[in-house]
Amino acid sequence: MIQPFRLTTGRLDAAEILRFTFDGKSYTGLAGDTLASALLANGVHLVGRSFKYHRPRGILSAGAEEPNALVGIHRDAARKTPNVRATVQELYDGLAAVSQNRWPSLGFDVGGLNNLGAPFFSAGFYYKTFMWPRTAWERLYEPIIRRAAGLGTAPDRPDPDHYSNRFAHCDVLVVGGGAAGLAAALAASETGARVILADEQAVPGGGLRFETGAVIDGKPGWEWAQETAAKLAARDNVRLLTRTTGFGYYAQNMLGLVERLTDHLSAPDVDQPRERLWQVRAKRVVLATGAIERHMVFPGNDRPGIMLASAARAYLNHFGVAVGSKVAVYTADDSAYATAVDLKKRGVEVAAVIDLRPTPRGPHVEESRELGIEVLAGHAVVGTTGRLRVRRIEVAPVYGGASRQIEADALATSSGWTPAVHLFSQSRGKLAFDEETRRFLPGQYVQDALSVGACNGTASLTDAVEEALRAGAKAAKEAGAAKGRSKTVKLDARSPEAWSAGMAGAAPGAEAGKKAMAFVDFQNDVTAKDIRQAVQEGMRSIEHVKRFTTAGMATDQGKTSNLHALTIASEMLGKPVPKVGLTTFRPPYTPVTFGALVGHSRGALFEPTRRTPTHAWAEAQGAVFEDVGQWKRAWYFPQGGEDMHAAVARECLTVRHSAGIFDASTLGKIEIVGPDAARFMELMYTNPWQKLGIGRCRYGIMLREDGFIYDDGVVGRLAEDRFHVTTTTGGAPRVLHHMEDYLQTEFPDLKVWLTSTSEQWATIAVQGPKSRDIIAPLVEGIDLSDEAMPHMSVREGRVCGVPARLFRISFTGERGFEINVPADYGLSVWEAVWAEGQKHGACAYGTETMHVLRAEKGFIIVGQDTDGTVTPDDAGLAWAIGRKKTDFVGIRGLERPDLKAPERRQLVGLKTSDPKTVLEEGAQIVADPNQPVPMKMIGFVTSSYWSENCGRSIALALVEGGRERMGERLYVPMPEDAIEVEVVPMVFFDEKGERTNG
Amino acid sequence: MAETARRISALEGRAYQGPGIALNPAAPASRLSLRAPEASLAALSKALGLILPRKPKTTAESGKRAALWLGPDEWLLIDEGGADLTVLCAKASALHSAVDISHRNTAILVAGEHTEDVLGAGCPQALSLARFPIGAASRTVFGKAEVVLWRIAEDAFRIECWRSFSYYVFSLLEKAAREV
Repeated sequence: MIQPFRLTTGRLDAAEILRFTFDGKSYTGLAGDTLASALLANGVHLVGRSFKYHRPRGILSAGAEEPNALVGIHRDAARKTPNVRATVQELYDGLAAVSQNRWPSLGFDVGGLNNLGAPFFSAGFYYKTFMWPRTAWERLYEPIIRRAAGLGTAPDRPDPDHYSNRFAHCDVLVVGGGAAGLAAALAASETGARVILADEQAVPGGGLRFETGAVIDGKPGWEWAQETAAKLAARDNVRLLTRTTGFGYYAQNMLGLVERLTDHLSAPDVDQPRERLWQVRAKRVVLATGAIERHMVFPGNDRPGIMLASAARAYLNHFGVAVGSKVAVYTADDSAYATAVDLKKRGVEVAAVIDLRPTPRGPHVEESRELGIEVLAGHAVVGTTGRLRVRRIEVAPVYGGASRQIEADALATSSGWTPAVHLFSQSRGKLAFDEETRRFLPGQYVQDALSVGACNGTASLTDAVEEALRAGAKAAKEAGAAKGRSKTVKLDARSPEAWSAGMAGAAPGAEAGKKAMAFVDFQNDVTAKDIRQAVQEGMRSIEHVKRFTTAGMATDQGKTSNLHALTIASEMLGKPVPKVGLTTFRPPYTPVTFGALVGHSRGALFEPTRRTPTHAWAEAQGAVFEDVGQWKRAWYFPQGGEDMHAAVARECLTVRHSAGIFDASTLGKIEIVGPDAARFMELMYTNPWQKLGIGRCRYGIMLREDGFIYDDGVVGRLAEDRFHVTTTTGGAPRVLHHMEDYLQTEFPDLKVWLTSTSEQWATIAVQGPKSRDIIAPLVEGIDLSDEAMPHMSVREGRVCGVPARLFRISFTGERGFEINVPADYGLSVWEAVWAEGQKHGACAYGTETMHVLRAEKGFIIVGQDTDGTVTPDDAGLAWAIGRKKTDFVGIRGLERPDLKAPERRQLVGLKTSDPKTVLEEGAQIVADPNQPVPMKMIGFVTSSYWSENCGRSIALALVEGGRERMGERLYVPMPEDAIEVEVVPMVFFDEKGERTNG
Repeated sequence: MAETARRISALEGRAYQGPGIALNPAAPASRLSLRAPEASLAALSKALGLILPRKPKTTAESGKRAALWLGPDEWLLIDEGGADLTVLCAKASALHSAVDISHRNTAILVAGEHTEDVLGAGCPQALSLARFPIGAASRTVFGKAEVVLWRIAEDAFRIECWRSFSYYVFSLLEKAAREV
């Protein structure tokens, strides 16, 4: 046979032979294999080097708890997944795996020298050694540690895979598809409840994968499991998710599951996501997460070939693979005997069963003896030999006597089973320590969950299935899903196997005082000695022991090691286990990819990209866009190879000489309607509104309670009880929330309602001396004369035959209009305006030109010229505060003495002495550039542009006591030199403001 | 006088058809955001020709007109016949706020046996027929966008969203549709 250790094909598909490579060497396996089972079938045990000491390591387990067999899976240049547990990676044809943490090769590894220095690299080594000299940290220690740290190599290219997300709701979520989980799902779904059953394996069955004696409903356990899974999958009210790990249990019965969809496929479909995150809200949760076997802690317990007894059994019974040709068993409980029995029955030589207990009894113990297996009761394994694989074990009686060597190329160990209470603990349930069986079990529940089977400490199959059936029916009933008379599911389940409690902590040979390396945590190379040292050095709580030794802090989170570490610490401290504490279980149960958590939120779907109705037109015109919040806004429209500077200069000139057309659709718009609309406006804005005439507009300022400017915008009164409010683009959502908040909490009596109309209207600004000429042919029913429609007015009528709100307003200082039409008409109306504009030499302009033109007029932009600490007076807008008003949001804030202090920073204009110098926005301002550093900064530049219309640079700045400094020379220190500036008024162009009617 | 402006939907040209799922932009409709206190509901119902629903997550329909309950004093009115709903409401002298949002929203029709799964890719609400029956409507989120879901048939939903979010909503729906 090609695979020398494949005794039978087990439950796999013998017809499908798969090829794979490990470290470049080719092997074959069978469909249904994991990478680990396929390697073992080929006699490969050495698969990695340990993290700290680079010790040769093999395969410990046959499941998700694996601490040792971590490999890289390389699909292609971009798909290189590090730290994949070989025990869960399903084999596919062409799989390429590489070992990690070794150089130059797995068999000969230079880093293995660390092992010789092991006495020096004890717990806390890093904390103690790299403390001094202090300067060496950055230059020497950190780079070296960083290079040595981390396991596996992260991929260096963007992840080409995609990931999916699904929210789901159900009556009963069952986590775990072993005998108990299947039984619970069966009972729950029988009632008609909507059930989700999630199992991490490709095929449900859990422990039935290796347990040979189980009989359920008259069928062998595995067979029953497959039939039941098929039955469940066929039910409309059941969703069976395989390859799906329940990794997190959050508040209000929200669980995170990750479904692996393509990692087992040779050539996945490109549309198929790699993983799907399930966010399940379950009325009731049934936890059937099983138990995890613990290894024995004894000297040399980490050699390749030494593994968990249940794993050796799973490889044999499920995969048909013998883990060695002469296998010894070392145990402190009964379940490992079954491994010896199964191996022996399949013709594998069993060297001996070494049992710590003096008088083991039970059916499997007897059967072992009957099969002629040597049972060494009251014995311990006190040492192992073999360079890259165990060759011999040294066995000694526990209570003294000569030791002896036993030849074995594999050693199956078991010190007992740890209930997998991870999810229960994550649900904030309180664990209770059971003194008799020495294990933590679910105690007090905090959420609507039930634990069944091995994770609840229920050892016998009969009891587990009965408990699960009851829990399933109860959960469905409590979820309110049980309808009518549903039949009670009954299952006859038996198994001769019994799991006694076993032991935890160090076995003989690894007791206190012994220097032997007896590993507790394989992945982080933590030995029994390290745990004791931590206690000796003063750690009292398990939380401290854990951090000091790093036990349980690797990617496996100590699934096999935590109870050992805890027990050793408690023995050292002379305190019972519960007094030493139990470290917190945190999500995720097993590592989850970032991809799964990110889901769809990548690339174009990372954030909604909002585009205005004219976007396509601007794009066709070659506009350059800028991001403003989620919006794409046309920034400038370069023509004939213009750079930004040239394009903006041209646009600025064109607007003031003829006209410009600008898409202002992104401005926030809120319609305020109701008989108390004006009263509400009075409260939300500093300005007076009651007397604003219908059809008139006013520039409004909104403050926060503290008196600082929050937002601004032009407001038009459409009717006695209706205002059309505009906000800044970025401020639209928060201004509405701010208003709604006050309306609901402070002014609930007002009869007024707020509706966002930001996207109802496409807003086309036409600005410049020719603006009226351009729009006139398109407007119906509105008299555009200055008398009928003066600056700051609004009219309703029709533009291009569609209903429009026409504003006469100006953010440029020119005569200007803003046409609001229903958004779907936006592009068509824009094109009509553009066509008219062409007749008058108008241009389209973008946000940069808008910024320059408003700065020329000294109009502020909230968020640019204000930063949340600027009052209306600071911004030169004290005129916008209604003098007679007795209340508005922020009125008390404005009375604070420091908000009235004369030395506050005030917004002023700056002119550089050299008109060609354009200041940097954000640059600091000082009075004396020759003062020593740190200089006293008296302000900073908020806006700065080249103004083609002024023929020079212009800037706005917040300067201490700025308005008192008119004409003063100040300085803007830059890396090269200090730039001299003159303080000037904020208006640089058309100081008298005549052009709005020009 | 210039020719009348053309109406161009934000989702013009977009559609997706896959096994068990179809995504299509809905036809233009008039829409109204109606806010009103309890006392005005009778008069407004009369003016609109349908009984404004008072129960959360419910709707009322009459011909091509529907009222979706969004909040204790808030309804989304949709008229596929294009009636001027503001004018209708104005006939009722009862206190209310009626704001035309015909163009603020756009709608996507999701239909097919996989509809619940596709919506479940981005909406955390329970969407089973039992929990979200035909005629139910709810303002919720889809991915990172606010939407109003309205179940119009056992395997069909209408998703209302703001115009500029429709590209994102449609794209996320399409991505999810390709994955089911």
